[in-house]
Amino acid sequence: MLKFDHVSKVYKGGKKAVDDMNLEVEKGEFVCFIGPSGCGKTTTMKMINRLIEPTDGSIYINGENIFDKNAVELRREIGYVIQQIGLFPHMTIRQNIALVPKLLKWPEDKRFERAEELLKLVDMAPEYLDRYPHELSGGQQQRIGVLRALAADPPLILMDEPFGALDPITRDSLQEEFKKLQRSLGKTIVFVTHDMDEAIELADRIVIMRDGKLVQVGSPEEILREPANEFVEEFIGKDRLVQARPNIQTVEQIMNPNPATITENKTLSEAIQLMKEKRVDSLLVVDNERKLSGFIDIEIIDRFRKKAVQVGEVLEKDMYTVEEGTLLRDTIHRILRRGTKYVPVVDKQQMLLGIVTRANLADIVYDTIWGEEENLAASEQ
Amino acid sequence: MIQFLANNGNELLIKIWEHLYISLISVLLGVIIAVPLGIALTRIPKAAGFIMGVVSIIQTFPSLAILAFFIPILGVGKVPAIVALFVYSLLPILRNTYTGVKGVNKNLLEAGRGMGMTSWERIIHVEVPLAIPVIMAGIRLSTVYLIGWATLASFIGAGGLGDYIFNGLNLYRPDYIIAGAVPSTLLALIVDFLLGRLEKRVTPKGIKTTPEVI
Repeated sequence: MLKFDHVSKVYKGGKKAVDDMNLEVEKGEFVCFIGPSGCGKTTTMKMINRLIEPTDGSIYINGENIFDKNAVELRREIGYVIQQIGLFPHMTIRQNIALVPKLLKWPEDKRFERAEELLKLVDMAPEYLDRYPHELSGGQQQRIGVLRALAADPPLILMDEPFGALDPITRDSLQEEFKKLQRSLGKTIVFVTHDMDEAIELADRIVIMRDGKLVQVGSPEEILREPANEFVEEFIGKDRLVQARPNIQTVEQIMNPNPATITENKTLSEAIQLMKEKRVDSLLVVDNERKLSGFIDIEIIDRFRKKAVQVGEVLEKDMYTVEEGTLLRDTIHRILRRGTKYVPVVDKQQMLLGIVTRANLADIVYDTIWGEEENLAASEQ
Repeated sequence: MIQFLANNGNELLIKIWEHLYISLISVLLGVIIAVPLGIALTRIPKAAGFIMGVVSIIQTFPSLAILAFFIPILGVGKVPAIVALFVYSLLPILRNTYTGVKGVNKNLLEAGRGMGMTSWERIIHVEVPLAIPVIMAGIRLSTVYLIGWATLASFIGAGGLGDYIFNGLNLYRPDYIIAGAVPSTLLALIVDFLLGRLEKRVTPKGIKTTPEVI
């Protein structure tokens, strides 16, 4: 789909931003370029749509040399999302989304139909179409930024740290949403980031760059398991390498399969008694088939003890869960970042399978630290 | 006062019309030349400093001198007056267009370029709409100045409300001076108000409440 053939870029003053780069990207692949700032990742990406012209070498899209094409036409065939979102403040959301189709001279009704269709993809109501960008939250704006890149249905999309300016929680949910979207649409994506968590979560293949050169190219698993050199190791960070330990991979392996649960028809006093017995401060609420419906904790009981009798009346339904089979490395930093104390593990039908608590995480870290020191001791002897 | 209006009412209306006509034609010419020039200058930053400098220097010439300067070339009457006033209208419009367009957020331009807008499309769809409030401010300023300066145009026989003022000065007739000064002030205020309304209308809706985005 996309091929770099001995591409180099030398800026004025002799700084080599990209040095003799060779890389092939398959159709439908999600590739993340990552590296410290100034490593040439953004330059590399901008050469694909000719915002920056390389000094040497060629780039091919579907076998066609992009330098034989008109730059403007080329860019209209490639989606582009930038970090600062870059929605046009004087245009409505509808006009923003339908901008590339407009440049391509689609008829108006077809353009607007496309805008509506796309907005549905990200679960935003059609009334947003007539609003202006400043009326939307940062997360919503970047959703529109992504939709705008999708508007003319380009097979290839370039993204330059698109989620970098968002707060962590919004970023998390947008990443998840976007990954789903990408899988369902089958687009080829070139994504630039400096956030390793983001790269690991999203990429099919990670390209680590340093001083204009490729340091390592591989799937997140490969890179985590076999970092090519010290630089990669350092860049990934120790904690992630720990998470990638081959013997612990999915949440089922560390979860507690018997969490404290209660059914909806129990009374609050029964709930508090159960908590005391099990020495916990919250209970997962399930039905008779062990289907998870929410949770109840000591705070809720304290707040409602005079007004409500049954668990079902006060349970909190909004909670974060993970599905079985989720990789541990994805879960850990999410638990840590969200500050939740535990995460229930469910299957596809929302049946409760177990729970991952912070105590479980402490166990892994403990194992890793002592595990490593034991290895060290063994090798010294 | 009433007596004056009774005697000179018709003439006053004609003078007001002349005055308005001289200043508006000059501004119109100024807009036609300075707005495209301002946009063009943002593309050639090297020339921009030089041209803006030249226009600034012209702006400092005394207005009477400029008017007199055109007499040998264009003679007397309305045409040299319009040309001279037009030269004065250039700077505020040029400067505001230049700064307005220059001040458009670089990220937006990059987004536009990356999406495949041609240079022309970026000017039409992004830069000009976002710079409109600043450009309009320049046009307003320029128009108000010109309505004031147009009184001097009577000096080279262009007519307008300046005729009353100069006659009043020559004949020691305060009523004539007032008859020239008051309508020209009112004219400036009214035109400024109308242009303010126009500015609101042509400013794109999305940037009205958030001027900081430009």
